[in-house]
Amino acid sequence: MARVLIRSLNKFYDDVHAVKGVNLEIRDKEFVVLVGPSGCGKTTTLRMVAGLESISSGQVLIGDTVVNELAPMDRDIAMVFQNYALYPHMSVYDNMAFGLKMRKVDRGEIRMRVYEAADILGIRDYLGRKPRQLSGGQRQRVALGRAIVRHPQVFLFDEPLSNLDAKLRVQMRVELKKLHNRLNTTAVYVTHDQVEAMTLGDRVVVMRGGVVQQVGEPLELYNTPVNRFVAGFIGSPAMNFASVHVTNGTGGLRAGNTGLAIDVPAEIGSRLAPYAGRDVIMGVRPEDLEIANGGDPSGLCFEALVEVVERLGAEILLDLQVGEQTMVASVEPNVRAKRGDKLRFALRPERLHFFDTSSEAAI
Amino acid sequence: MIEGAKWRRWVYFYIPLGGFVFWLLFPFYWMLVTSVRPDRELYRPWMAPNYTPFWTAHPTLVHIVDLLTETLFTRWMLNTLFIAIVSTLISLLCGVFAGYALSRLKFPFAGSLGTGIFITYLVPQTLLFIPLADIIRNFRLGDTPWALVLTYPTFLIPFCTWLLMGYFKAIPRELEECARIDGATRWKAMVYIIIPVAVPGILSAGIFAFTLSWNEFIYALVFLSSAEQKTVSVGVTSELVRGDVFYWGQLMAGALLGSIPVAFIYSFFVEHYVAGLTGSVKG
Repeated sequence: MARVLIRSLNKFYDDVHAVKGVNLEIRDKEFVVLVGPSGCGKTTTLRMVAGLESISSGQVLIGDTVVNELAPMDRDIAMVFQNYALYPHMSVYDNMAFGLKMRKVDRGEIRMRVYEAADILGIRDYLGRKPRQLSGGQRQRVALGRAIVRHPQVFLFDEPLSNLDAKLRVQMRVELKKLHNRLNTTAVYVTHDQVEAMTLGDRVVVMRGGVVQQVGEPLELYNTPVNRFVAGFIGSPAMNFASVHVTNGTGGLRAGNTGLAIDVPAEIGSRLAPYAGRDVIMGVRPEDLEIANGGDPSGLCFEALVEVVERLGAEILLDLQVGEQTMVASVEPNVRAKRGDKLRFALRPERLHFFDTSSEAAI
Repeated sequence: MIEGAKWRRWVYFYIPLGGFVFWLLFPFYWMLVTSVRPDRELYRPWMAPNYTPFWTAHPTLVHIVDLLTETLFTRWMLNTLFIAIVSTLISLLCGVFAGYALSRLKFPFAGSLGTGIFITYLVPQTLLFIPLADIIRNFRLGDTPWALVLTYPTFLIPFCTWLLMGYFKAIPRELEECARIDGATRWKAMVYIIIPVAVPGILSAGIFAFTLSWNEFIYALVFLSSAEQKTVSVGVTSELVRGDVFYWGQLMAGALLGSIPVAFIYSFFVEHYVAGLTGSVKG
């Protein structure tokens, strides 16, 4: 029983409202990632769960206990910090044993647990070293080790991988995932990196400006974002947005602007009908833009001018000029395109997203 | 290090450095040659043909022996050592707690309190010794070492507090937060994590405080009167200058021996001291 329940949580710093009425249930053994741009309140939320930040209003429950007034040490949590926060004057062993010593765990038990954690993380050879004698990845492991020796109810991670170089980050990401599968403990993970969020999270919480935008499984966020912000935040390269005008034509709805005009497919038409005569935002992911072949219905095709070609190996990114707006398309590596080419692209109706211009909510 | 041609290095580095070293070390050299100079050479008129101010032809230890046997110099050394150590310890203790509180705890007026403490350090001692003399008299502490042990912290505590405040601020907050999640109370986190990490800062504050109290002159001059209670700085200048008679040999020997403990402490802790001043916390 180590779910974490957050009920209408608020945080005020003087007159800044940093976290606005967050409601969230993190189920037992679940790995939940809070993601969002810097200043979105994700770290503040995590720190309130940890007890490092006072709660302005609302409740945090760990298990069945309201922990609002509990000291961090009494919440049975472990936290991994971005800068690792290893105690520089202690050896790796003492770093890992510190929490257990503070809790007056028996010496033999401490030894056993530290060795066990060190074996899991492959840092047994470094137990005698000081943190400054370790590389970034090793320090990261020690920080993880220090958290897991305690066998806490909940792990809290505050951007633990962002101080590592790109390659190591990917490697540690996989290890973290394995570690979670092995330990099977509830985890709350904060990051600004949507790739980390998508790969690690059982569920992902997207936040902006202190407000939860959407909570869902990674693919749910990817396929059915609730608003333009989530749509643009999840996925790389980011979704293309174009403002289009909806008109009620003879064959159904049409949506278009200076560069493209498409027949709105029937399956979306019913939702879009109330917007006839108004502007909406159309979103399409780069990977959903396909080079048209003869079989595509002409009502879903448009022409684009290639401006930049980025060959990434597994895919090619094309920066396109479509009328007055720019778009990015991700195409197969065998596509031969060069700057200045005019290409014809086809849209897949089920992969189109429409958002209200003013509220930016998905239609 | 300055890059480039040899002459550039000489002009921009070695020659200025040499000048600086000369400027700093010449007084010590002067103390040394004067303290081992026999009276015969010491009081030779400067017009005399064999006048050699910068070296001593027939060095002698007589002044040093006189200083140690015929004056209260050893007593003064012990007095100064006692006063400097005790007042440094008091100031460090207060400075660690005050510096920690001002840099870490959130309470109303923490910022202005910090500035206030700094301003007290700026009040000159020459202004403070008059009211302090009144206090010392009221507590009947005049002419005892406690007069200095208790008044030196008036300028040492603000100093230590400020130095340590800066040092504590440089220690990542997460270290302490992590300790508190790990099961340490704020007090334990401070004792087991913050203070050990801050050792270089505490040492350099201690060295500074020790030096300041070792060199202090005006309070020692005002609050102590009998010869056997005096500190080195006052004892040497008041007991070895009688009217217009300067016992130059003994004076310089006293100054030289008096500077040894401070030099010793600096050389012993120089690495910590530099680390403390540059505020580097290695993670």
